[in-house]
Parts: sequence; structure tokens; C-alpha cells
Amino acid sequence: MIALQNVCRTFTVGDQEVAALRDINLSFGAGEYISIMGPSGSGKSTMLNMLGLLDRPSSGTYLLDGGDVTDLNDEQLARVRREKIGFVFQSFHLVPRLTAAQNVELPMILAGIPVEERKARVQVLMQNYGLAERADHRPDQLSGGQRQRVAIARATVMNPSVLLADEPTGNLDQATGWEVLKLLEGLLEQGITLVLVTHDAEIGARAHRQIHMLDGRILSDEQQAK
Amino acid sequence: MRLTDTLQFASGSLRGSPTRTLLMMLAMSIGVAAVVVLTALGEGARRYVVNQFASLGTNLVIVLPGRTETSGVSPGLMSGQTPREITLDDALALQRSRAIKRFAPLTVGSASLSRGALNREVVVLGSTSELLGVRHMEMAVGRFLPEGDIQDTSSICVLGNQMKRELFGNEQAVGQWVRLGDRRFRVIGVLSPQGESMGMRTDELVIIPVGSSQQLFNTSGLYRILIEAKSRDAIEQVTKDAESILVERHGGERDVTVITQNAVLQTFDRILGALTMAVGGIAAISLAVAGVLIMNVMLIAVAQRVKEIGLLKALGAPGKQIRYLFFAEAALLSGIGSVAGLVLGYAGSFIIGQIYPSLPVMPPWWAVIAATMTALGTGILFSVWPARRAAKLDPVTALAGK
Repeated sequence: MIALQNVCRTFTVGDQEVAALRDINLSFGAGEYISIMGPSGSGKSTMLNMLGLLDRPSSGTYLLDGGDVTDLNDEQLARVRREKIGFVFQSFHLVPRLTAAQNVELPMILAGIPVEERKARVQVLMQNYGLAERADHRPDQLSGGQRQRVAIARATVMNPSVLLADEPTGNLDQATGWEVLKLLEGLLEQGITLVLVTHDAEIGARAHRQIHMLDGRILSDEQQAK
Repeated sequence: MRLTDTLQFASGSLRGSPTRTLLMMLAMSIGVAAVVVLTALGEGARRYVVNQFASLGTNLVIVLPGRTETSGVSPGLMSGQTPREITLDDALALQRSRAIKRFAPLTVGSASLSRGALNREVVVLGSTSELLGVRHMEMAVGRFLPEGDIQDTSSICVLGNQMKRELFGNEQAVGQWVRLGDRRFRVIGVLSPQGESMGMRTDELVIIPVGSSQQLFNTSGLYRILIEAKSRDAIEQVTKDAESILVERHGGERDVTVITQNAVLQTFDRILGALTMAVGGIAAISLAVAGVLIMNVMLIAVAQRVKEIGLLKALGAPGKQIRYLFFAEAALLSGIGSVAGLVLGYAGSFIIGQIYPSLPVMPPWWAVIAATMTALGTGILFSVWPARRAAKLDPVTALAGK
């Protein structure tokens, strides 16, 4: 369902060309659990941005659900992101002036979904993620774990097919980190594809498929027996 | 994204930084209020003058002695002559013109008016029965000067309303005698209150027959001749006739000035109209400044909310949507700001109107519309650039907050 074919991404820094991704060939099926690991500068974040359509390949092709999304315009890309992709960030990226519930509602507002449906879906999700009592709190009134759960609720409220998580436990203590990770892994049962970028080998090892990157190349791509 | 959601989101981000928002709206509303109040004042002044002229009479042509040159000194002065005065016979000669409906000769002097122990200095008008109609005056009690001989020197007078109250209080005035200068006059009527017109308080006047007034002040000249033309179209003819008749009677010398009410009125109208525009324009500059302020604030907002913009893009907002959000914010800012400004401006105009009741202070509709449109226009125009800048942000760098 996701396929990168000969994808390169080069940045121009000063008058030098720096290759962040070099000739990547990769494909995932639905419901896969993938971790992307590597030291900083290995291109794993660029890879995630590429998968999330936040960045465009300098060359190569990106197929999503069988369609070529390489040459879509801004509006079409936004639509694909809205409907098929969910993001979870290391620093949560909640809008500080909105309540937890409003943060979860945000993607549906952007998608133009009617108010009643929005409220209903937010309520269900908040309930499922144990945030019902915190719905009217602002992010600064929430703990780190709660914030990340709000972020996950926001990432899944549009029922995306791919969830991209960039160091989702990076800003959390270990116990809370595991909790969040379990929550993310629980989504696999709903058939979501989970892509986890981390430099923590212990966390990365939990994924069924582990990709190691170095200098913009895929170093290894190991499928683990379930 | 729905329009209501867009507006709600934009108002949310405005409420997110209340101090900045309030200051912006203050700047905007002061600009709008300034335009409204200043144009209201200008328009008030214009209407005041127009009203004054209208109360003077309709289709009025005024003849005054002396020639007003547009530049330099009058030739009479250069040769050591004073302008010849206009006499009652001159006035009578005006009857030759067919375009004239009626006319009233006018003398003005000042004398002491007394009744018993009460005594005060008053302005005395000398005229004929026609003055009542020409000047649109109304009687409260009694009669105005009787029709008949223009040379009439009978000792009768008509009192202005306030004059009557000062001298007689609630007593009956008609039929009583008063002393004016060195003569006794019988009061035959009292004018109804009419306020001020052209700097002359009609309520404080005493009107006597023109002949009596010439005797009283020992003069044969007239201060003015007020002529009412038969119609608006006849005004020009009256002007020509009056001029030619008087020039002919004055031995070919053009030593009178004939002015029409309309010409004066139009001049005032133009001057005050231009003044209102100018003042309004200056006030509008403050609106442009407010617009620049909005741009500044929006640029800061974009810089402060880079992460949020990145997030919105990641969540699936296209650049166009981000642009609309910032537009909506600017529109709300300037919209609410200008509404507040209108309220402020109308309140200010109302207060000025209360302080100066004779000034019809009312902001002209064009200024109100122009101020609101300028406010909204500059607000939205100056947000184009910040909004575009936000829309063009690269989501990856924006999310990183760089």
C-alpha cells in the first residue's frame, strides 16, 4: 500500500548539495508495524516527512494506496494527509489555547465535518483514551502522558491508514513512554500501519519490521517472526 | 473547512493574545472614530452655514454700496472718493425690473432703547413692510410695519421677541410706548422667536420704518437692499437689472455690489465641503497607519505561530486555508475595530452636538461608509502579505519551529 521507488532527497546547504535520502526503495503493507532507527543525520526524519507528504522527493516515485502522490499539488497533498495520514510528534504539538477536546477536533474542523459528528467522535475517542475527565483542560494543565494521548487521539480521529510517530516517547519518562507505546500498538489491531521513528533500540525492537538507516541509505531491513 | 469554523478559529487565536488584539482594535477604532467625528464637524459647519443662508430668505439678491474688487483697492479709494451711497430713490427705481418680486431697503444703526427705568443698547433696523416676507420672519403679536409710503416716518416699532420680554416681561407690549434714541415709538407688534441668522440675533432687534430710521440716525443712505427674485431662474436677471439700474442712476459708475445668496452659499458650500474632505482625509491616514499596525501584528502572529501553522499543514490544511485563517483574523480585527470606532465616533459627535447645539453635528453617510471600507480594506490588504507568508511556510521547518 505504500511504496517508495528510487526516492532521493537532496538539500542545498550553502552551495553544497547534501543528500538526506539516497535511492530508497521500500514498501509496506497494511497493518504493518515498522520501526525506523538510526543515528541523528541518518535521514530517518526526512524519511518520515517523506512518508507523511510533508516533504517531496527530489527524484523517484511515491505510491500511496496504489496512486502516485509524487506530483500532487498543495491542496491534493493536504487532502491525502488529512484523510490517510496521522502524525504523532515528540513534542506533542498541541495548540496551547485549545482544550484537549478541541485539539482532537481540529483535523475534523479542517476537513469540514459537521459539528454534531465532530462532537460525537471526539467524545468516543476521549472516552477510549481515558481522557474524558480532561476534555476541557488546556494542554498546559495536562501531564506529558496525557498530552501525548490527546495527540494520538487527534492523529487517529480521521481514521487514517498510516500513523507516523516521530520519537513519540522521547519527551516522556519510561513508564509513561511504555503506556503510550502500548496505546499506539493497540491501534495495529484496527489495521492501521504504524511507522515509528526512534533512536531507542529497545523500543525499536518491539516492531515487527525494523529498518536501520545510515547516511540516507537503508542499512538493514529485518522482518521479525511474530 | 467551514466559514463558521474559520471565523471561530480566527477569533480563538485573537483571544489567545488579548492585549495585542485589544491594542490593535483600539488603533483601528480611533482611526474610524477620528474620521467620523471630524467629518461630522465639517459637515456640521457646512450645514450650519447653509441653514443660516436659507433662513435669510429665498431667491435673495443683496445690493450693497461700494464695489468689491476681486483684487487690489477699489478705484474710488485710489482717487480719494468714497462710494456713493444707495438711497431710497435708488431702491424705488428697482421696481422697474420685472424679475423682482419684492424688495426691502435696510438701514442698520444702534440706539438706546428705554421704557421707564429699563434701558439698553439695541440694533435698530429700518425697513418696510416687505422685510417680513423677504426675511421669512413671523409675528408673535400685533402687526408688522404697515404697507404704504416708503418714505413713511411714523413713530412705530416692532420688537424682537427677547426685547419685548426684557422690557415688558409678561405684560402686554402692543400699544405701549418706548423711547428709542431721542424719539418715542409706539409698539405695534412683536416678532416670534427665530434665533440667530447670519450673526444677527433677530430676537434682539427693534424694527422701525426706514424713513424714521433715516431721521433717527441722520443719514440718507441705505445699508442694504434685499431683493427677492420672482423665481430661482430670475435671480440672474435681477442681478443684471439691479446693477444696470443703479449704475445708470449713479452716473455710469459701478459703485454698488450685487451679490446673490446662491453664489455666496455655493462658495461656502464648496469651501466647507473641501475642508470636510481634507479633514476626513487626514483622519483616514490614521486608518492607513492602523493598517500598517495590523500588518505588523499579523507578521508577529505568523512568526509566533510558526509551529501551529506547521501542525495545521501536517493535519491536512492546504496553504489556501492557512491564508483564509489569517485573512479572517485581520477581517475580524478591523471589522470589530471599525464597529467600535463607529460607536465611538457617533458618541463623540453626539456629545459635541450637545455642547454646541446650534451646530448640526452629524457624520455624513459617505464618510461613515468610507471610514468603514477603508478600515476593512486596509486591514485585509495589509494582511495579504503576512497571510501569504504563513501559507508558504514549509511544514517540516515550521514544525521544527525554525
